[in-house]
Amino acid sequence: MILEVEKPLLELERKIRELQEVDRSAGVDLSAEIRLLERKARQLKESIFQNLSAWDRVQLARHVDRPGTLDYVAHLFTDFVELHGDRFYADDPAVVAGLARFHGQPCVVLGHQKGRGTRENLARNFGMPNPEGFRKAGRLMRLAARFGLPIFTFVDTPGAYPGIEAEERGQFEAIASNIALMSELPVPILTVVIGEGGSGGALGIALADRVLILENSVYSVISPEGCATILWRDAARAEQAATALGLTSETLKRLGLVDEVLAEPLGGAHRDFEGTFRTVQDALRHHLETLQDMEGHALLDARYAKYRRMAVLGEAR
Amino acid sequence: MAGLFDSLRARRPRVDRVAASAASSEHWVKCSGCGTAIYRPIFLENGKVCEKCAHHHRMTAWERLDLLADAGTFQEWDASLVSVDPLGFGQEYLDKLHSDRERTGLSDGLLSGSCSLGGIPVALGIMDFNFRGGSMGSVVGEKVVRVLEGAAERRIPAVLVTCSGGARMQEGMLSLMQMGRTCAAVRRLNQVPAPFLVVMTDPTTAGVAASFAALGDVILAEPGATIGFSGRRVIEQTIRQELPPGFQSSEFYLEHGFLDRVVPRAELKDTVAAILGMLCVPAEVRR
Ligand SMILES: [Zn+2]
Repeated sequence: MILEVEKPLLELERKIRELQEVDRSAGVDLSAEIRLLERKARQLKESIFQNLSAWDRVQLARHVDRPGTLDYVAHLFTDFVELHGDRFYADDPAVVAGLARFHGQPCVVLGHQKGRGTRENLARNFGMPNPEGFRKAGRLMRLAARFGLPIFTFVDTPGAYPGIEAEERGQFEAIASNIALMSELPVPILTVVIGEGGSGGALGIALADRVLILENSVYSVISPEGCATILWRDAARAEQAATALGLTSETLKRLGLVDEVLAEPLGGAHRDFEGTFRTVQDALRHHLETLQDMEGHALLDARYAKYRRMAVLGEAR
Repeated sequence: MAGLFDSLRARRPRVDRVAASAASSEHWVKCSGCGTAIYRPIFLENGKVCEKCAHHHRMTAWERLDLLADAGTFQEWDASLVSVDPLGFGQEYLDKLHSDRERTGLSDGLLSGSCSLGGIPVALGIMDFNFRGGSMGSVVGEKVVRVLEGAAERRIPAVLVTCSGGARMQEGMLSLMQMGRTCAAVRRLNQVPAPFLVVMTDPTTAGVAASFAALGDVILAEPGATIGFSGRRVIEQTIRQELPPGFQSSEFYLEHGFLDRVVPRAELKDTVAAILGMLCVPAEVRR
């Protein structure tokens, strides 16, 4: 997948590779030219990634090569044991969950999981949970609370699945129950929005003591396409809607709706997995340390107080 | 006291413009269920329920208040809380807020306060579809939280009548977060414990259905209300087929086990009072 905004950069990088190939195979010394182009590529990268629009960010957040929940689980956690099923109806592959260790500390880790490629995406339902996904997450979060384990959740979904069976099995109830549950579990809950934060489907695993968001991730009450359709009856104006919805990490931080924005390596998370993992790991470690020092009651009071503030109100007269 | 209620009454819109917009003339209302023309005084007397097909037409928050609250007992809360435009959506949005305030006599999409209901003191919140489709932004969320917190403080039941298409899109993520804070407030009320009763009316969908509305100790719904998470059109586009009639109705969710009862409007107040009466056991008896 190539994004519009990345095209000039990718083109330049291709040229550099060609020159390197000629340099190597033909024995011509092109090192000066290569250095020049490399400097140019660096500058171009900076100028592109320091001026991203909200719509560019939506594209980056949805990038198929962006690290997903299982990538973070594999690199930030050890001893991961995936656990399946909601004990009511089914196992939902759009949500992965299990026990693991984070720097030795046993924990519950879970998140939305999209697929790479058509087959995997169909299997994962494009990361759109059915009620069973939320209920599996809820079951394991309850387990975590019973054993005093911290909970890590990773958000990356276009939204809860809009399907007939999902409605029949109470999509609205599944989401509401999880949100309420997360407000009352007396263990640290840490959430990272790693890609797309799609409305209620995201919030269904994202009420937390700390909500961190990667710089190019987005978190929105409605998809820009959906918003454009409703406001202007024209999905093509999604770009405009993306700007209006205030879905970027900076806007969310300014409004006090997320706790910290995590800088991505230049070029975006999909171009430097290792760098991204380091950033997320350091941030989670830091926040977990602070939260682990708090008593359960203090944790819950602070959590309630944080959400209690999330409103912008006016007074008439 | 009399002065207070005079001023309240003064804020109520004089004409029932909502029904008026659907009317074929000033004296007749066309039923949106069966198309029958109904003489307006009869229509209003029947609580906007069609005698012929029992279609429940939407009520304004003020009409719903008259239906549920014991006469003369309502004290409004937070009447001056109004929405702002936190994301800078623009003048058009601000104008719509202004005209909805004028038209509905409400500060935003929810009327709230304390009253007695069948002799039981309650904290009551009623959503009104005529105010931006009942959408939940910061003010609606805040008022819901204050109803729940107010009930918890007073150790009285909270009753919320929902009527909403979901989140207030113009408030972006602030509106999504109202789901989080209202759910958290429900759990605090649960711990008191004080009863929380929800009445879902047409429509109760998306962010309101998937938050506090789904968490009632008892959830009642009016007949034929649209209830659900995803919008009908979104589902149809996703699965590329038409949905059967009756999908996402009150009766549908009663059958699937997500509602306690579907209650006709004429029986609503008595049903609510009966349930609350049994849950409101005095603390000294409860042990
Ligand atoms: Zn009728």
